[in-house]
Amino acid sequence: MINAIIEVFPVLMKGINITITVFILSTIFSYLFAFIAGLCRVSNNKLVRAGTSVYVEIFRGTSLIVQLFWLYYAIPMLFDVGIDNRLMAGVLAISLNYGAYMSEIVRGSILAVDKGQTEASIALNLSRAQRMRIVIFPQALRMMLPEFGNYLIQILKATSLVSLIGMTDILYHGNILRSTNLSAAPTVYLLLLVFYFIMALPLIFLTRKGEQISKRGVAS
Amino acid sequence: MTESIKENSSSISKTNSDPIVEYKNVHKSFGDVEVLKGLDLDIYPGEKVALIGPSGSGKTTIIRMLMTLEQPTSGEIIVDGKNLWHMEKNGKLVPASEHHLREVRGDIGMVFQHFNLFPHMTILQNCMTAPIHVKKEGKETARKRSIEMLEKVGLGDKLDNYPSQLSGGQKQRVAMARALVMRPKIMLFDEVTSALDPELVGEVLEVIRDIAKEGEMAMVLVTHEMDFALEVADRVIFLDDGVIAEQGAPSEVLEESDNERLQQFLYRFRS
Amino acid sequence: MDINWKWDMFFEAFPYILQGLGVTVGLTFACFLFALVFGFVWVFLRRIKFKPVNWLVTWIMEFIRSTPPLIQLFFIYYAWPMVPGIGVSLSSFEAAILGLGIHFSTYIGEVYRSGIEGVDKGQWEASTALNFSTRQKWTKIILPQAIPPTIPMLGNYLIIMFKEVPLASTIGVVGILALAETYGTDNFRMLEAYTIVALIFLVLSYPSAILINKLEKKMNRRFDKKAALQDSKGAVV
Repeated sequence: MINAIIEVFPVLMKGINITITVFILSTIFSYLFAFIAGLCRVSNNKLVRAGTSVYVEIFRGTSLIVQLFWLYYAIPMLFDVGIDNRLMAGVLAISLNYGAYMSEIVRGSILAVDKGQTEASIALNLSRAQRMRIVIFPQALRMMLPEFGNYLIQILKATSLVSLIGMTDILYHGNILRSTNLSAAPTVYLLLLVFYFIMALPLIFLTRKGEQISKRGVAS
Repeated sequence: MTESIKENSSSISKTNSDPIVEYKNVHKSFGDVEVLKGLDLDIYPGEKVALIGPSGSGKTTIIRMLMTLEQPTSGEIIVDGKNLWHMEKNGKLVPASEHHLREVRGDIGMVFQHFNLFPHMTILQNCMTAPIHVKKEGKETARKRSIEMLEKVGLGDKLDNYPSQLSGGQKQRVAMARALVMRPKIMLFDEVTSALDPELVGEVLEVIRDIAKEGEMAMVLVTHEMDFALEVADRVIFLDDGVIAEQGAPSEVLEESDNERLQQFLYRFRS
Repeated sequence: MDINWKWDMFFEAFPYILQGLGVTVGLTFACFLFALVFGFVWVFLRRIKFKPVNWLVTWIMEFIRSTPPLIQLFFIYYAWPMVPGIGVSLSSFEAAILGLGIHFSTYIGEVYRSGIEGVDKGQWEASTALNFSTRQKWTKIILPQAIPPTIPMLGNYLIIMFKEVPLASTIGVVGILALAETYGTDNFRMLEAYTIVALIFLVLSYPSAILINKLEKKMNRRFDKKAALQDSKGAVV
């Protein structure tokens, strides 16, 4: 068993850069899309609201793996990109998908801030933008924290899908190893699961921390 | 009766005859329910007005419309000569823009029943935010004035506390300081003692009494504290079923009126 | 930009891909049922008071939940048969039920737990006072109150699982995604094929989500009403 691990581990580690790169980029863009879409959904402009909810419903209504394949084939047609279109498809699929889910949390948290807060900021004559920036958003952010932590773990799990469009992440190298040596399969997949779990651990603790901050947050 | 109202109003406004707020035939409906049925009301600079009446009589709606938290269904509200909910554009009256609303409501402050302090800011930050962002005051000036105001309401030792660490009475005093820092010409009080435990009402009324004594600010109080209204107000207005049913000097309205609905209303409080 | 799209191929592919819908939907319900049943196992394992066991169960659940279901599928399908002694070879359909079922049972277990914790403490005391057996307490008093409020949440998980089921195509389950892949590679019409799959998902899951949302609102109202009723009764006493 130890021998098997020593043999398999370095092979898997060849893919670690890709896995981590995809995770970090996807996280950044997921949050970006979530905040943009979430704010658009509480906009005063009907057209902006409607357009954004079409985006959100399409990405929540279809499957991430389908979105991944679709983008993988669509991107070369839509953009004449020189950069690696697999990386672009992978990151974009994960971020658009989780951005859509998380935008609902952004929207819900903003709407959940007590109406009295808006009224008090109107009474103090803050402008619409100031009301959102100074009063509403900081309170909403606290409510978002626990769910945002949970989605961080979901995003991490989703990074394993990029092997399906041929990105050479840790799962990709594991699959290659398994196809040449079937008896290594238990070691390969167990190691992969353990690896993902170790990466998830800090996120799990981060989520718990977020829950505490959120609970401490906001009673007036 | 009408005579006495006029007399009374003119005695209040002898220093400045132009009203600072005018309601002209204001109607307000929520869905099918008409809460205000043609309100005409003038408020003069420095005047202290108490609005009383049964719940649902529209008294809170009156001040919420002035604070731009509710829009009148019809009619006009004039603040210091400027139309609040409409503005002129190419010679025509059009619904007010956010910009116009901000310009006009700058003279108005409000204290709420449920305080509505910002929970993520300290007491001091609660007071400093608006002077800095709305009046564009320097941080130091805003800080100095906020501390002065908080000391005035007796909370100079709580500057760095968060609202959740205060009692209801203290929260309401912070809310008043926060509004006062903006130096409004008109202050609105929306049942500011209703959400408080009985033993905390006194400290809040004490602060309002002090503010009232200073005199220069017009104050509109929606209240259930009849004795307090009698003491502080220049004029008491009894609202019933969406109209002003009775108004005049506090002693006239609260002690001498023979309006039957008012008698019933007062009886419930005195018993 | 060169959009290469052929409508005639799109319409030709549609009925072909649709043939896989039965498998996809069937697998969804099979996984869901498995997760519903297995969710209870987690609930009862977590109620074991013995600290080390409780700790172990908590972390096993956390492990399953925070690692990718795709790798779990591969593990069950490729690795499990290779494990000496206890290894069993499963068909891809069986492996998918087991893999996705176990993965989501950890979520379903949490849903049950929240439902059970939502039952008023007084209900336990009352059923003890009436001398119910432990089994009766659960089946007659607690679960009938704990489960109904969780139905909308369970419905949400059904939709989530529906969208995860295409993962099973990677171990050879021939649902709509696998058929799209076949059609796409055979005819060089990948985009049309995957668009069809996306459409099928959208058409099925969006209305379901709305339905569940409605159900949730309705149930919230019902339970709020109940609470209000209790309050008013309490006030009389």
